[in-house]
Amino acid sequence: MDTSTPSRWITPAGLLPVVIAGSLFVWFAQMLPVIAAGDTLRFVWEWVPSLGVNVSFYIDGLSLTFALLITGIGALVMLYSARYLAGHVHQARFSLYLTSFMLAMIGLVISDNLLALFVFWELTTITSYLLIGFSHDTFKARRSALQALMMTGVGGLALLAGIILIGTTAGTFEMSEINAMPGVLTESVMYLPIALLVLAGAFTKSAQMPFHFWLPNAMAAPTPVSAYLHSATMVKAGVYLMARTHPSLAGTDFWLWTLTIAGAITMVFASVMALRQTDLKLALAYTTLMALGALTLLLGNESGYTITAAATFLIVHSLYKAALFLVVGILDAQTGTRDANSLFGLARALPITAIAAAIAAFSMAGFPPFLGFIGKELKYAGAIAVASEPIFVAGALLISSALMVAIAGIVSFRPFWSKSGKPIEGVKEAPWPMLVGPVVLAILGAFFGIFPETLATTLVNPTVAAIIGSAEPAKELKLWAGVNLPLFLSIATFVLGFSIYYYKQKLREILIDMTTRGPSFDNGWDRLMAGIASGSKALTRNIQTGVLYHYMVVTFGTALAVLAVTLWFRSTGIPKMGVPQVELWDWLVFLLVLLGAILTLVTNSRITAIAGLGVVGIGMAMIFILYSAPDVAITQLLVETLVVVLFAAAALKLPSLTPEPMRKRWLDVIISVGLGVVTTVILLKVTTGSIDRELTTFFETASYPQAFGQNIVNVILVDFRALDTFGEIAVVLIAAISIFALLKSKPEEDKP
Amino acid sequence: MNSVILRAGARLQVVLLLVFSAYMLLRGHNAPGGGFIGGLIAATGFVVYAIACGTADARKALRFDPGSIAGAGLGIALVAGLLAALWGDALFTGQWLFIGATETEKGLPLSTVLVFDIGVYLVVLGAILSITFALEEAV
Amino acid sequence: MEQLLSILIGILVASAVYLMLARNLLRFLFGLILLSNAANLTIFVAGRLTPGAPPLVPDGLDAPIGVVANALPQALVLTAIVIGFGLFAFALILAFRAYQSLGTLNTDDMRVAEPKEPHS
Repeated sequence: MDTSTPSRWITPAGLLPVVIAGSLFVWFAQMLPVIAAGDTLRFVWEWVPSLGVNVSFYIDGLSLTFALLITGIGALVMLYSARYLAGHVHQARFSLYLTSFMLAMIGLVISDNLLALFVFWELTTITSYLLIGFSHDTFKARRSALQALMMTGVGGLALLAGIILIGTTAGTFEMSEINAMPGVLTESVMYLPIALLVLAGAFTKSAQMPFHFWLPNAMAAPTPVSAYLHSATMVKAGVYLMARTHPSLAGTDFWLWTLTIAGAITMVFASVMALRQTDLKLALAYTTLMALGALTLLLGNESGYTITAAATFLIVHSLYKAALFLVVGILDAQTGTRDANSLFGLARALPITAIAAAIAAFSMAGFPPFLGFIGKELKYAGAIAVASEPIFVAGALLISSALMVAIAGIVSFRPFWSKSGKPIEGVKEAPWPMLVGPVVLAILGAFFGIFPETLATTLVNPTVAAIIGSAEPAKELKLWAGVNLPLFLSIATFVLGFSIYYYKQKLREILIDMTTRGPSFDNGWDRLMAGIASGSKALTRNIQTGVLYHYMVVTFGTALAVLAVTLWFRSTGIPKMGVPQVELWDWLVFLLVLLGAILTLVTNSRITAIAGLGVVGIGMAMIFILYSAPDVAITQLLVETLVVVLFAAAALKLPSLTPEPMRKRWLDVIISVGLGVVTTVILLKVTTGSIDRELTTFFETASYPQAFGQNIVNVILVDFRALDTFGEIAVVLIAAISIFALLKSKPEEDKP
Repeated sequence: MNSVILRAGARLQVVLLLVFSAYMLLRGHNAPGGGFIGGLIAATGFVVYAIACGTADARKALRFDPGSIAGAGLGIALVAGLLAALWGDALFTGQWLFIGATETEKGLPLSTVLVFDIGVYLVVLGAILSITFALEEAV
Repeated sequence: MEQLLSILIGILVASAVYLMLARNLLRFLFGLILLSNAANLTIFVAGRLTPGAPPLVPDGLDAPIGVVANALPQALVLTAIVIGFGLFAFALILAFRAYQSLGTLNTDDMRVAEPKEPHS
């Protein structure tokens, strides 16, 4: 895209999303006073009452914080994209995807019903898939999109299972009701599976180790998408889930240790990996991973410090990270590259961008007086207060925060202010719609840093209240907390951070060396996918051989096995039979049908076989006549005639039968004789048992008074069960049409 | 099969079987018979006719395309079922009209049930004939 | 008679399955016809047998007197016979066309959809 020439960017496709997001932001913002006062809002519509599925929306501090981030950053990002993608062939499609995503994300954070939450959860997965694969003409985009879909999709299924377990354990799917019942989940026997499944969903969505690798690959999406979905909002859905379920799932050793360890490992791993990158966008992607790890770690605990830190850091990170992604997008659009090694001294050419980047980077690095500093201080205070291993947690935080300082320098200092390379010539400042986003977001970070009270009372305290049940333990947000341990840790962070920045080139070489030698998750993924594909292929080849005989053996063999096993275990002994009342006629019919069947079975002549079948059919008709079924008997006779006519017309054009000797078909003999015996035994049991004639009695007594018919069989067919009959004649018609189509197609056309 | 006797006989029996099939269809509600049986009898008549005189003659004698007959039959059956809705009953509930009914005499009964059975008759007749004719022509 | 017919159905099922397991498609069709006959007879016998009393309401009465044959399985079997005919006709034509196109009725050689793997 060429943003240097003023093209027409004021289009409905570009600006409608901005209006939608902006209006929603205003709508959510006017709820702030209610929420800040400590109240919550709840709206309920019954949707599928029989399944307990309601459309119920619940707004408390946590959901409102998310909703404001989603709509606020959303509006800025959409304004940015309106210009960024102006003139793109698929701009309208992009706007549709991005708006759908935003609505799904809002639904996710304000749903109270867990099943509705799951539906929105999956919708964000799907829209994310579409957005990552937006440049679908490149292999990389398609692969990354599919990878993200698979990872988060599998996690979504686990989450669904977890939600169902929660629903059956707690007796309701409404999260607000579940959270109001302390211990209902933690003290249940199903706690461990529930926690594992919910965390599987949260960890895949929020890209915790070892499910992290899809997120850096998702950077194949256009930059506004990375800024919006893959740093500020969607990847925080997992964090949201852990926060939302915190009151009912946290507080156990399992929760504490799982979240602490996964969060800490992700955090350190991601910040080290971020240093290794030279692509600015990838470096930012890894710092997002680091932030997600930090949030996970903090949410494992229950102390007021850690939760306040989590709530604050959540907001801080969304603000500066979205701003920085948009800055990288501007760099990319204006210079054509995102490589850290070719961008230098652009501050003169891009003054506004440079300042926005600097402010955002200060917040990211945690310098006073920016909000990032408060966030970092709180994180350290929280780390010292954690219940698990304060030194381990604080150490992990120290390393990753120091790396953040270095990466903030790489991403937003070097490209603008460094003089170690020549700046690219002829770069122009970005147009204003692309500048609004980074500038506003950066300034907000500074504003909240100087006036932390405004943020604390409106959003942080209600969020803390939503996560741990009351706002009491929420810690104050302040720039100067006195000379204490967190302050020393901050100073240590800066010292360490600056040294890393100074030695970054050397460190990067070492890291590249290490990571290329070590195992790669991404390659592992490819191997897994290839394994699944070849496994399915082998399975299909074995099950679906294309040989009719195999299918028949499996079908009949399974039927025999199932029936025989059921008979064996459920059997109550051989049925008691009285002396059978068999007349001479019965024997004659029996012998007639037997003769027909044997004839068909043994003959190698087509005519004989057809004659045998005719004999069987006529025997059937005689049975129907003998046992009072005149309608059936007539039908049977007529159909039998037509079968013979059709067979005579078609079969005689087919080659004659070749013998298939029985001694070579011992398996077929076993299956067929077995099925015959089983059928006989079942029928003997059925006919010696009692019979329920309730329906028959109804038809007999209602046939004439209600349906004015004396032939009960016909009344059933055309009146009582007319809808069934209608279905059946439709089937007959479909068969006729199919046959007609088969016969009218030319055989030459389908010669293999 | 080129036999003068068979051809003459086939012409005669197709008429007889058609009349008989109509009789079986109409009496079906009170005695053995009905749409399925009636349709099968009529189809048998035409199948024999097609064997004796060829499918071209049989198609001519039938006047309508068997596929159309079957389709019309399905449509008639559907309409008969939908008619119940006019009286506010559930679909496929039979509706009856007794013409000239008195205290003692039932009168001449007309019903949507009979219309439905006629639909069944036509579907069975049309489907079987379109199968057999197409097969006879293909081999 | 129910017992005798139960045995007969068993024999029909065994013959039908044995025929359907044959390699020749024509034999498969024979088996299909026998199997649908066996199925119809099963439904009929399961509704019990009543000789000499068809399910008809006598003139001038509202319901049949005494025990008459079970009408419900009869209605089921009647439609099943017609549908079975449709199924049979379709299978027959399918076999017929398969022979025209492939030149064989041996199902082991009919491998258009799943050709033999070259190495196996």
